[in-house]
Amino acid sequence: MQYLVSVIDDTAGLATPDEQAAIDVFNDRLKAEGHWVFAGGLGAPATATVIDNRGDVAVFTDGPFIESKEYLAGFWIIEAADLDVALKLAAEGSRACNRRVEVRPFL
Amino acid sequence: MSVVEVGEAITRAHHEEWARVVAALARRFGDLDIAEEAAAEAFATAVERWPADGVPPNPGAWLTTTATRKAIDRIRRENKRDDKHREAHMVYDDGPPEPVGAIDDERLRLIFTCCHPALAMQTRVALTLRMVGGLTVAEIARAFLVQEATMGQRITRAKAKIKAARIPYRVPSAEDLPARVAGVLAVLFLVFNEGYLATGPDTDPLRHELTAEAIRLTRLIRALLPTDGEVAGLLALMLLTEARRTARVSASGELVTLDEQDRGAWDAALVAEGHQLVRERLAAAAAGVAPGRYQILAAINAVHTGARDVRDTDWSQVVALYNQLVRLDPSPIIALNRAIAVAELDGPEVALAAVDRLEDTLAGYHAYHATRADLLRRLGRSQDSRAAYDKAIELAGNTAETAYLTRRRDQLR
Repeated sequence: MQYLVSVIDDTAGLATPDEQAAIDVFNDRLKAEGHWVFAGGLGAPATATVIDNRGDVAVFTDGPFIESKEYLAGFWIIEAADLDVALKLAAEGSRACNRRVEVRPFL
Repeated sequence: MSVVEVGEAITRAHHEEWARVVAALARRFGDLDIAEEAAAEAFATAVERWPADGVPPNPGAWLTTTATRKAIDRIRRENKRDDKHREAHMVYDDGPPEPVGAIDDERLRLIFTCCHPALAMQTRVALTLRMVGGLTVAEIARAFLVQEATMGQRITRAKAKIKAARIPYRVPSAEDLPARVAGVLAVLFLVFNEGYLATGPDTDPLRHELTAEAIRLTRLIRALLPTDGEVAGLLALMLLTEARRTARVSASGELVTLDEQDRGAWDAALVAEGHQLVRERLAAAAAGVAPGRYQILAAINAVHTGARDVRDTDWSQVVALYNQLVRLDPSPIIALNRAIAVAELDGPEVALAAVDRLEDTLAGYHAYHATRADLLRRLGRSQDSRAAYDKAIELAGNTAETAYLTRRRDQLR
């Protein structure tokens, strides 16, 4: 079972060196314990482009698809037996990156 | 067997077996939705068949077998409809049970799933009453004053989340158990309190069906986790509170405060059972087990219910217990209740000073104003008291309490 752990941010700042170091330690643990699938940090929402190709021509729009104070700053995809395991890992991830996170299951 | 006797047998089976049937099916089929529906169908079949065929010698086994057959029928139907193999969605932990008590009961897994911290509190309450308590969606909707469709949706969404997010069906590990048990007790206490001091202008001030259900479920948890002190504490607290139920509202529908209640109308059997539990916990505390908040609250209620007359109340004991509680839970509501006891021990002036310090956090809480009103009245400050009663009446949600506060205000000179 895989879960998406989204990192929620409302500041403009990237991770500090301390946060980055804590994230690295957490990532190593995910790998060592077989929970690691993938993870990454994302560029600022202002770097996003929205594409709509449902009509005749593809329309490109500058900016994120939703304007809000909070945005997705990065994510983990983890492998976990059930939600209890995923929640424990996500709690540690939140501590490591010093931000709120959201857990959602993949279908 | 008469129709009445069969009816009673069905009611009894529903009380005793519903949670067991749902839990057994949830384990077998890994799906709460299937378990709930099949259990409901099995009970419907019993209502249809038992009057004609007679009550089976082992109603629980009959219901589980019938429900299992219904569940298999449904799964076959659905498999025929879409050919995909049906996965077991719920994670069942088949490892050796954690040493949680004398019994490792399926129902315990069910309770922990329904009270999972990933579900909203309202949802946990609804799901627990449905899956463990066996109340119908309509009954739960009525209890919480929402539309039946809304309550149905809430429960359906919860089942979908349990399935999709894989909320496991198991007793938590020893390390997580205290926090998770506390979560279950919070759900039961909320159900009890809603029954004890129901909110809303159009609802009965006391809702016996909710307090009774909360007590029944807490008894079940106590049977499943007999060594947990807080479970015993919560049960004692509920029993000692429920014991005063009939004395708590007057014939004219007005709240009767503890000092004015007819103590002879208290339920002596419930008081005795509550006191027995409190004594058990006091013995544990004497042996060095630190009591939690429910145990301390139960002890406070034991002091009150132990006094034959309100003048015999050992207020120094009550204040000492509140001091212990404040150390554990420094919330303003506890501080407010402590101040009420302090008024009896050290006088209303000392108490009022303590209450006034809580204004910042409790200004929107009716009991804060009601307490101030009473203290101001005792200090002879009628005008201030009247203003405080007005504020309390404006904020109170319980019909009996509003009636009581209004009378007290109108008695001011």
